[in-house]
Amino acid sequence: MKFGVIVFPGSNCDHDCYHAAKHIYGGDTSYIWHKETKLDSLDCIIVPGGFSYGDYLRPGAVAKGSPVMNEVVKFADSGGLVIGICNGFQVLTESRLLPGVLMRNRDLKFICEDVTLRVENVDTPFTGSYEEGEVVTMPIAHADGNYFADPDTLKELEDNGRVVFRYSTPDGRITGEANPNGSLSNIAGIVNKAGNVMGLMPHPERALEEILGPIGGRGLFDSILKAAG
Amino acid sequence: MKAKVFVTLKNGVLDPQGKAAHGSLERAGYSFIKDIRIGKVIEIELDDMDRTEAEDRLAEICEKLLANTVMENYRVEIDG
Repeated sequence: MKFGVIVFPGSNCDHDCYHAAKHIYGGDTSYIWHKETKLDSLDCIIVPGGFSYGDYLRPGAVAKGSPVMNEVVKFADSGGLVIGICNGFQVLTESRLLPGVLMRNRDLKFICEDVTLRVENVDTPFTGSYEEGEVVTMPIAHADGNYFADPDTLKELEDNGRVVFRYSTPDGRITGEANPNGSLSNIAGIVNKAGNVMGLMPHPERALEEILGPIGGRGLFDSILKAAG
Repeated sequence: MKAKVFVTLKNGVLDPQGKAAHGSLERAGYSFIKDIRIGKVIEIELDDMDRTEAEDRLAEICEKLLANTVMENYRVEIDG
């Protein structure tokens, strides 16, 4: 299993992702600098969290023009697994690999806390190891996680099971109170049409080891390993 | 040649910053404000060229980078 972790200037969860992929899951893992124009053969690319290019203009807006993103798009188009976490999700929406946009949080605050999420679709390479409707805990840490899309796009996502994670109460109800940032329909994570590109605001890579807290991210990494064989 | 690009949130897109500014003004006693929407002005200096060409090329960079048309509109104003 070969993982590549993209590193932009300002990425700050790249080491966490590397640690997860290499030390916890034993994957052959490498960092990929944003200036790379050629990728080794990989099974999964992780676009990590952080503040790529200082969030200048809009989160992820400058990163989408990085040389490496052309390669990430090609990799995604050829069916490779791509997961964008937090700022990585913002980079993937800006790059149009995923629809919609992550706007400033409803209450304008940077939110750093554990949240509970309901797994909405287990029929993806990123969620196959979860149970349908399972509620899992992961941390969020973002100021711009308020998912927005136009009504047609939203309908397309909902009708095709492309909403993969939703912010929920601990007992799995989707309520306004469970929505930390104002995201439409409590959306925390989505997949592309083909199902091989996923973005989510919560941090699965920070929710893998009991000594550090919740372990809701395990199912996600388990799923990727299973999907990539 | 100089130009300004105005990037604004589309109608219907929630603007928490505008709401916060509005709330702050209301608390300060300015009760005549009905709504505030906050956007960006981007000042650009560019090579001299035909005005229509400048409009086209500026629209292209707005689409490509300066605005995210999922949530934002843009308007280009060429000086002079």
